[in-house]
Amino acid sequence: MQSTTLILLLGFFSIGAFYLGRGHSLSLVGGPGKGMALHSLPGYYGYFVAIWVVLPALTLLLGWVLIEPKIVTALVVSGLPDSYQSLSAGELNLLVNNIRNLASGDVVSIAIDENLRGAADSFNDYLAKSRQLLAVLVIGLAALGGAFAWRKIHPDLRARNKVEGVVRWALIGASSIAVFTTIGIVLSVLFEALMFFQKVPATEFLFGTTWSPQTAIRADQVGSSGSFGAVPLFAGTMLITGIAMFVSVPVGLMTAIYLAEYSTSRIRGIAKPLLEILAGIPTVVYGFFAALTVAPWVRKAGESAGFEVASESALAAGLVMGIMIIPLVSSLTDDAINAVPASMRDGALGLGSTRSETMTKVIIPAALPGIVGGILLAVSRAIGETMIVVMAAGLAANLTANPFEAVTTVTVQIVTLLVGDQEFDSAKTLAAFALGLMLFVVTLILNVIGLHVVRKYREQYE
Amino acid sequence: MVAIEQDRKVTQLKTAAMTETTDTPTEHHVDLAVPGYHGQEVELGRETVGNVRCDNAFMVAENVNVYYGDNHAIRDVTLEIGKKQVVALIGPSGCGKSTFLRCLNRMNDTIETARVTGNILLDGTDIYSKQQDPVALRARVGIVFQKPNPFPKSIYDNVAYGPRIHGLAGDRSELDGIVHSSLERAGLLKEVKDRLEEPGTSLSGGQQQRLCIARTIAVNPEVILMDEPCSALDPIATARIEDLMDELCEDYAIVIVTHSMQQAARVSRRVAYFHLGYLVEVDDTDKVFTNPQHKLTEDYITGRIG
Repeated sequence: MQSTTLILLLGFFSIGAFYLGRGHSLSLVGGPGKGMALHSLPGYYGYFVAIWVVLPALTLLLGWVLIEPKIVTALVVSGLPDSYQSLSAGELNLLVNNIRNLASGDVVSIAIDENLRGAADSFNDYLAKSRQLLAVLVIGLAALGGAFAWRKIHPDLRARNKVEGVVRWALIGASSIAVFTTIGIVLSVLFEALMFFQKVPATEFLFGTTWSPQTAIRADQVGSSGSFGAVPLFAGTMLITGIAMFVSVPVGLMTAIYLAEYSTSRIRGIAKPLLEILAGIPTVVYGFFAALTVAPWVRKAGESAGFEVASESALAAGLVMGIMIIPLVSSLTDDAINAVPASMRDGALGLGSTRSETMTKVIIPAALPGIVGGILLAVSRAIGETMIVVMAAGLAANLTANPFEAVTTVTVQIVTLLVGDQEFDSAKTLAAFALGLMLFVVTLILNVIGLHVVRKYREQYE
Repeated sequence: MVAIEQDRKVTQLKTAAMTETTDTPTEHHVDLAVPGYHGQEVELGRETVGNVRCDNAFMVAENVNVYYGDNHAIRDVTLEIGKKQVVALIGPSGCGKSTFLRCLNRMNDTIETARVTGNILLDGTDIYSKQQDPVALRARVGIVFQKPNPFPKSIYDNVAYGPRIHGLAGDRSELDGIVHSSLERAGLLKEVKDRLEEPGTSLSGGQQQRLCIARTIAVNPEVILMDEPCSALDPIATARIEDLMDELCEDYAIVIVTHSMQQAARVSRRVAYFHLGYLVEVDDTDKVFTNPQHKLTEDYITGRIG
């Protein structure tokens, strides 16, 4: 039986178990009208039985599916003639793959002989047996669990507490997924980065001013030795982020102030969804808007003013990125302004402040921590942005503060380093992880500061 | 005519809902009588009982109506407020007393759907006229709110806020003088004079409310509106604020909204009883509390409704 069929079957069992358990609990106290005699609501007894039916059986199913291939493979290998047993681990692995492919009817890379055919047959055989055994065990365990729970049902059974305990663990499990994923990402980046720092000294990476990651990937290739000074990348990132902030912070702030304090509810009702649409445009679309529309315009405008402007400039990328971030800044600022109690506004107006005095002297100072927190979140968004820069700012790692020149950013370099055929122990490839680690640390610090400021702000009025 | 009838119908239904009377009127039951409390029928006249006028009127409201969207919140209210006088507005929740109070310094302007008709004169000039700047008006008619709302600034800056925005002080020492005298008059100076730089929010509830009063009088208003200023305070803090009102009314006209009849009796010279947007009865405080003319007023102050 397929495991999906089994899972489906367990689903049906659980529904049945729920109704049976509920009915049983009620019948113990003498009918639906007597539910008060039970410790918990009748439904909880139903859930209790259903959990006992599903949870052990499902655990067994998942465990089985995880270890099944290993056991079956080991059995098949042990059944092979001795000549195969002496193969090296790599060759044996290849052989097992071929056996598996043959068994499932896929293409096989070696000539098919008797032994191979036999092994494939026994593979299929073992698999079928394993599945039969699994189906029997799962259904048996479900029945056993159900029977156990059924016997435990008693008016004094604290079914609600037990069910809530299971729910609590389910919630803990769900929330730990994000935590463990984060830890996993950090560790994988960290180990690769450490490998990089064995090849390239950390001081050169952190303080070197030349970024030219072209190295020979294979020993017989011709290539430069490469240099891995990350300063130009971080300088480029900061330049573009700075331009983006220069655009998005004032515009976003003023948008939020207008929407929160000055606009009528009708204009607000129209403008807010429009801003949210701006936030919903994919960054790739912003990217070609930057490359095809804004960059040429910047170039023309710059040249007519007498500047020399590269066709791919930091300014174009930064401007478009700033526009992209406006909704983020304005909506976070809007939240911060709206979080200021109306009594502050009334108090200021009641003292004879104009709207703008109320805004600049009372509301904005009160909302400032929230606004700063929002801006920091926007900065980390800008630092992490890739597509716009790839398309509009180019790939040249110039160390410059001139916004009319082409620059590149950390994220863009990570992308270019990892695109195409790579060898995962060359410094060039590993450099991506070192950059990733640096970027992670920087954005983490910004996020921590931002969240800290926001949290502090929440405690301000009471 | 139809509109008026509908108004009354709404009135009756609301009254029924608020007092949980059992004899809910039928939809077609339309006359001047309001189904009263405990089954009695009580006349809710269009005319205010008692005496809406006073000798030295400083603020005059004539035929004021307030609408929130379609909701007719204040109905044809006429009331005079005298110089150096405390007028208490009383009445059950939702009767419009706070709404009326907020008309007096145009705080209702901040509500998009609010609409005010009629005339309100401050010292003879119409505050709802086109020439009147609401900002300047609010400097002359200060307001203290129900919940203390000090700004998240220092105690000093809270009091100095008004003088600063209105440019009342020429230099720092003058500003210091205003802050100190305002805190002094609000009876707060002794408690806070050594910690003027601490945030206003660090004070206790009663102190915060006195800080808000100090902040209001620092602008040197002519009228002070108080919207249930003591409802969030304990009895000791309440007593201090009431004492303060006694002192302040020597210089200002004060209008106070309160739910406490005892408070109204203690602090006010005149009392206005509101009911469902109507001003039912106005008179000298001792008259209203000893000999109310209107049945509704009597029911309210004797605790049968409210």
